[in-house]
Amino acid sequence: MDLLYMTIYSVIILKLMLAGVTFSILFERKVIGYMQMRPGPNRHGPWGILQTVADVMKLLMKEDVIPRQADRAIFVLAPVIAFAPAFTVYAVISWSDTIYAADLNIGVLYFLGVSSMTMLGVLMGGWSSNNKYSLLGAIRGVAQMISYELPLVLSILGIVILVGSLNLRDIVYFQQDIGMWFIIPQFLAFVIYMISAIAELNRSPFDLPEAESELVSGYHTEYSGFRYAFFMLAEYTYAIAIAAFATTLFLGGWLGPAFLPGVVWFLLKMCIFMFIWFWLRATLPRARVSHLMQFSWKVLIPLALLNIVVTAIIKVWMGW
Amino acid sequence: MGLGVYFDNYIYVLLFMTLGVALPVAALTFGRLVRPNNPYAEKLTTYESGIAPTGDAQVRYHVAYYIVALEFVIFDVETVFLYPWAVALGQLGWVGLNIGLIFIAILGLGLAYSFKKKVLEWN
Repeated sequence: MDLLYMTIYSVIILKLMLAGVTFSILFERKVIGYMQMRPGPNRHGPWGILQTVADVMKLLMKEDVIPRQADRAIFVLAPVIAFAPAFTVYAVISWSDTIYAADLNIGVLYFLGVSSMTMLGVLMGGWSSNNKYSLLGAIRGVAQMISYELPLVLSILGIVILVGSLNLRDIVYFQQDIGMWFIIPQFLAFVIYMISAIAELNRSPFDLPEAESELVSGYHTEYSGFRYAFFMLAEYTYAIAIAAFATTLFLGGWLGPAFLPGVVWFLLKMCIFMFIWFWLRATLPRARVSHLMQFSWKVLIPLALLNIVVTAIIKVWMGW
Repeated sequence: MGLGVYFDNYIYVLLFMTLGVALPVAALTFGRLVRPNNPYAEKLTTYESGIAPTGDAQVRYHVAYYIVALEFVIFDVETVFLYPWAVALGQLGWVGLNIGLIFIAILGLGLAYSFKKKVLEWN
């Protein structure tokens, strides 16, 4: 393995990720459109396939307004800080048996640690805008993200106990060995993970940090043009990363019947997660902030701890 | 796994990090060439639903956010301790299991205490 090969691989993943974000935005708008009995975007290209491309071109040509009151240096830095960790986590994701980049022994820890840095970008953006809506949106967002980070991290511990490794590839191989995806033995963890992931991503019904009806658009109210585009890009990049992580942990990664290559199975399973998030957005109304915060501390964290205790006892009892 | 392969993995991490920073920087620098730039005083005011903004944005917010941050620090450190325990549990056996369960029980007590003290309430 030489440096040139590694650079080419990273750039290809970056391009594929950008294409993935482009089409998942279209996918979201189409899914929600059909669920609300309307066609969704259908003007640019067949089936509206170029809609997001047109949107990006428009954003690129919009003026970049930085308010006079804003803290300029941090305001400019925030979209970069929000995007960089969301893409850096792609390094550990193993797309198939043979297609992978970094095979880290601390893969799970790396993913969780780096991805949680995204909230720094949210806080910096909201704080430096010097706008009341932005500040409230950012504070709410960070409170929500740290509250739901705990159940997210604790729910994965059950899998780590069973596998005895933090390597993402080892986790998939273990699922191959026991012939069962972790969604079955760790179903409680899966439910906790799904709920906390939605809150981590600030997606509906937990999209309080950018609640349009009360906070204009939350922490990126003052952002315009391409800086705004990078906040959106970071959000979708992180969503795809979380879907890939969940696929690896709970749905057996690239495992599947042999008539399709592993990477196709991996992407199909990711699409299921993306579809569930879009479906929830079209179905559920927004939760209240007080309910949301209490739900994490009073329900999800005790349940996650219970899951760890039960899993640990079973693990030692069965002597796996 | 040889040492060379081990470091190769971290070169990947470094490459992804570099690209993650380079993409927004390059796109925003390139964007400067195509986007218009016409700032004037009204455009640069802070947005506050269309009326003139009143005062600074450094407003007071609810103390509950501070308490959540404190609780988060406690529980996050706890998960850091639980991860190595979880990885090694297969080798630790019953003794390791009991120690881990005592640790989780103490944490559960702490959570129950903050529950009873109504620290977790949001009104």
